[in-house]
Amino acid sequence: MATAERFTGGGVLRKEDPTLLTGQGTFVESITLPGMLHAVFVRSPFGSADIGAIDAEAARAAPGVVAVFTGGDLKDEWAAGLPMAWPVTADIRIPDHWPLTPDVARYAGDAVAVVVAGTRAQAKDAAELVSVDYDERPAVVDVERALEGDAPRVHDALEDNRSYTWTLSNGDVDAAFDKADVVITRRTTQPRLIPNAMEPRAVVVQPVPAAGDFTMWSTTQIPHISRILLALTLGIPESRLRVIAPDVGGGFGSKLNVYAEEAACLALARRLRRPIKWVAERSEDYQATIHGRDQIQQLELAADSEGRILGYRVKLLANMGAYLQLVAPGVPLLGAFLYCGSYGGEAYHFECTGVFTNTTPTDAYRGAGRPEATYAIELAMDALAREIGVDPAEIRRRNFLPTGDMVASPGGLQFDTTDYGPNLERALDLLGYDDVRAEQAARRERGDPRLLGIGISTYVEMCGLAPSQVLGSLNYGAGGWEAATVRLLPTGKVEVVTGTSPHGQGHETSWSQIVADRLGVDFDDVTVLHGDTAIAPHGMNTYGSRSVSVGGVAVHQACGRVVDKGRRLAAHLLEVSPDDLEFEAGRFAVKGVPDRSKTIQEIAFAAWTAHSLPEGEEPGLTADAVFDPPNFTFPFGSHLCVVEVDGETGAVEILRYVAVDDCGNVINPQIVDGQLHGGIAQGIAAALYEEAAYSEEGTLATSSMLNYLVPSAAEFPSFELDRTVTPSNSNPMGVKGIGEAGTIASTPAVMNAVIDALSHLGVTELDLPATPERVWRAIRSAKGGAA
Amino acid sequence: MRISVTVNGERHDGDVEPRTLLVYFLRETLGLTGTNVGCDTSSCGACTVLLDGQSAKSCTVLAVQADGSEVTTVEGLARNGEWHPIQHAFHEHHGLQCGFCTPGMMMAAVGLLSEDPDPDEAGIRLALEGNLCRCTGYQNIVTAILAAGKKMRAAEGEN
Repeated sequence: MATAERFTGGGVLRKEDPTLLTGQGTFVESITLPGMLHAVFVRSPFGSADIGAIDAEAARAAPGVVAVFTGGDLKDEWAAGLPMAWPVTADIRIPDHWPLTPDVARYAGDAVAVVVAGTRAQAKDAAELVSVDYDERPAVVDVERALEGDAPRVHDALEDNRSYTWTLSNGDVDAAFDKADVVITRRTTQPRLIPNAMEPRAVVVQPVPAAGDFTMWSTTQIPHISRILLALTLGIPESRLRVIAPDVGGGFGSKLNVYAEEAACLALARRLRRPIKWVAERSEDYQATIHGRDQIQQLELAADSEGRILGYRVKLLANMGAYLQLVAPGVPLLGAFLYCGSYGGEAYHFECTGVFTNTTPTDAYRGAGRPEATYAIELAMDALAREIGVDPAEIRRRNFLPTGDMVASPGGLQFDTTDYGPNLERALDLLGYDDVRAEQAARRERGDPRLLGIGISTYVEMCGLAPSQVLGSLNYGAGGWEAATVRLLPTGKVEVVTGTSPHGQGHETSWSQIVADRLGVDFDDVTVLHGDTAIAPHGMNTYGSRSVSVGGVAVHQACGRVVDKGRRLAAHLLEVSPDDLEFEAGRFAVKGVPDRSKTIQEIAFAAWTAHSLPEGEEPGLTADAVFDPPNFTFPFGSHLCVVEVDGETGAVEILRYVAVDDCGNVINPQIVDGQLHGGIAQGIAAALYEEAAYSEEGTLATSSMLNYLVPSAAEFPSFELDRTVTPSNSNPMGVKGIGEAGTIASTPAVMNAVIDALSHLGVTELDLPATPERVWRAIRSAKGGAA
Repeated sequence: MRISVTVNGERHDGDVEPRTLLVYFLRETLGLTGTNVGCDTSSCGACTVLLDGQSAKSCTVLAVQADGSEVTTVEGLARNGEWHPIQHAFHEHHGLQCGFCTPGMMMAAVGLLSEDPDPDEAGIRLALEGNLCRCTGYQNIVTAILAAGKKMRAAEGEN
C-alpha cells in the first residue's frame, strides 16, 4: 500500500483520555439500574473447613434484605461448574469448582453464602448476621509440603494434591550434561503476588425475565470468552447472554478469568428477576481475585569451559491454589519454552507439576510464566558468569542466538526475528557500562559502605497469543485468532469493531492510527468499538500481549479488504479497470491522470446508495477479517539496573534503570513507552517489595493494602528508555507486542544488580523480594555472622 | 443527618446516614461518579478530592464532617468548558492508561501545586506517596505534573 504513514509512529494523543480526564468514564461500579439489588458474599475465614449448619434467619430479617442463599440453596442453578479451559495433560485432575461451595471451604475467601438487599450497606450489615458452623480442618499452603504423603488433602475426592505433571524435551539433555565442564544448579522461588489492578472487581447483571435475556457488565478483560463459558455454567443459551466490559480499570491478568461472582450474580438475577450488583472491597478482592506466580524453580545449566551453554534442565512446582481457575495449569507452559532465554544450546528438558493448596487460586498475572522463566535463566546467567570468571555482559554475548529469521531455540520454538547483540550494546552504551563498573571497583577499593551493583537482563519473550494450531497442540480449549470489522459509514466516517478488549492499553487510539493510515482518512474520523458481545460478535479479547500483533493486524487486514472493494467500485464509477487505479491518501486515482479520481468517502456513499454497482457487488463498503497468526512473536531487549545497597541497613535504592526494547514496528511510541514504564515498575515491585504471605492455617496475612506493599511514585526512579526495531515476520505489520515485556525483564535486572552489589562479599543467592531485612541478613551471613 | 456541602461551586443540602463516607455521598447521593473507590484502607488515593482547597481522601471523611465545606471533584476541574492545566498535561504526557486512579491523582496534584507551585521531581514523587497507580509506573504522571506546574506558573506570571 502506497499510502503514507501520517499517524503510525506518533504525533497523536489518546482518544480515550477526554472521557477519563473529566470523570465521565463508565466503570462498572458507576452503573445503577432501576430496581437494582446489591449482593454481598459471606466468605470462609478459614483456609480449610467443613461447612456445617448455616443459620441465616437473623440476616433474612434484617432491614432491606431480600434473600440469603447458601451454596446448597444455589446448587440447582449450575449446569456446570466454573470453567477451566486449559487441561494441559490427559490425566490432569480437575476438581469441582462451584461458585458458592456447598460443603467444604478450601481457601480463606471461598464463598459459602450470599446476601441480597436493597442497598450495599444493608447487605453488608446482614452478611455479618449469617452464622456458619465451620469445622476447621488442617490446611496446607506450601507446595512442597502439599506433595508429602501425609499432607492434608485439599480435595477429598483426589488421592493427593497433585493436579498434573507436564514435560517438554528437545534434544539429548543427558548427553549435554555428560560432556559439560561446568554445571550451574540454582533453586529460585517466585513469591505469590497480588495483581492489584486499581479498580476492584465488580459485576452488574440485568435480566429481562420474559425474554430470558441477561446483560452482564463486568470488570473483565474477556467479555467474549466469559459469555461462552458463563452460558455453559448457567445453562443460559449463549445467544441470550450479552457481556459488556465498559471502562475497565486495569487488569494485568487478574480480569482474565471467569469468576464465581459473575456466575452468582447471573444466578441471583435469574432467581430474583431483578438487576443485581456486586462490588468487591479491596480486601475482599485480595482473597477472591486470582493471585500470580508462586512457583519453586530448579534450573540446571550445562556449559563448556568458556561458558557456552550446552543444555538446560528445569523442574518446577507451581501452586494452583485451591481450585483450577481459567488458564492456571497453562501458565507454567507459557514459560516452559523460555528457560533458555535468548541463548543457544543443544538440549532442553522441562518438567512442571501443578499442586493444590488451601490458598486463593493462582492464574495468569502480567507475563504469566515468562517472568518466572526469565528470572530463573537471567539469574543463572550471572551465576555462570561468576563461575567462568567473565563479565555478565560477556557471558550473554557468548550465548546469544544468532541474528536471523525463524531461529531455532533450544526450547523447540522458532523465534521470528532475532538481533540480540546490537540491542545489548546499545543498552551498555546508554548506561555507560564501563564507567559504572569502574565506579563499582573504586568503591570496593576504598571500602565504601554504599555498595554499587549492576544487573543485566537480556530477555526474550513469547507473545502475540497465539497460533490456534499450536494452542490446540498444547490442549488449550480455544483458538488464538482475533476478529475485526471496518465499516465506511455513508457520511464517510469510519467505524471499527475489534474483538480486543482494552483496559488501559489505548486500542481506540492505536487502531485509529492503523485505520487512518491504511484508508487515508483522518484520525478523528475513526471510531473504535469494543468490549461488548452485542457489538463485536467475535473476539478472543486482551491478554498475553496479543492485541496489536493479532487484533491490530486483523484491523489492518479488514482495511485492506475495504480498499480492495473500494477499488472495484471506484473503477466501475470511473469506467477503468481496477488495475488502472492507484490508492493514495484516501483517493482512488487513475494512474497518470490524477484528477480523474474518487475519494474513499465518495465511494462509501456510492456503495450505500447502491445506484450503480459493478455486476455481482453487494451494497456497502465494509469488511471483516479474522487473523490467526502463523507464529508467536518474540520481543526482546536489554534491561540494565544500577543499585546502591546500604551495607549497614540492607536498603536498596535504584540509581538508574536503562531499558532498550525491541517490539518490532511501533504504532504509537508514547503508548509503547507507557506500557514499558508500568511493566518495569511492576517487575521492580516484585523484586523489592511485593510478596503475599499465608499463615500455616491458610490465613492471608497480607490481607489488605496496609500490609501488602504496592509501591508508590516515591519508590521508583525515572526509567531511561530506548529501542531497536527488528520487525516481526509473524504478521504483515511487523509488530510484536509490549504489554508484558517490562515486567518480564525488570525483576531479574534488579535482583542481578542487588546480588552483584554483594557478590564481592560472597553473596550469590538472595530470595525475592530483596527487602532490607533479607539483604541485611545475606550480608551478615556472608560475613560469617548468624543469618 | 442534614448537611449542606458546596460541591464544584454548587450548594447541595441533603440527608445522610451518619456513617456515610463523603465519597459515597458524592457518588451515590449526588451522582458524581468520577471519583473512584480503589480500596478500603485509605491506601490508594483514588478517591482524592479537594476539601476546602486541600487534597483529602474522601473515603476517610464522613459526609457529615464535610458539612459547610467546599468540595472540588474531577467533574469540577474544568472551568467554563476549559480544561484545567493538569488535565491538559495528563493528556499531552500520557499520564493515564486505564484512568481509574486518574481523578484522584489529578486532585492530589492540584493540591500539591497549590501548596508548592514549583516542586521538583523528587518532591512530586514524595507528595504522591498516598496515590497508587498500577499502569504508568508514575513516570508520565510526574512529567505531567512538572509540565502543569510550569504552565500554571507562566499563567500566574501573566496575570
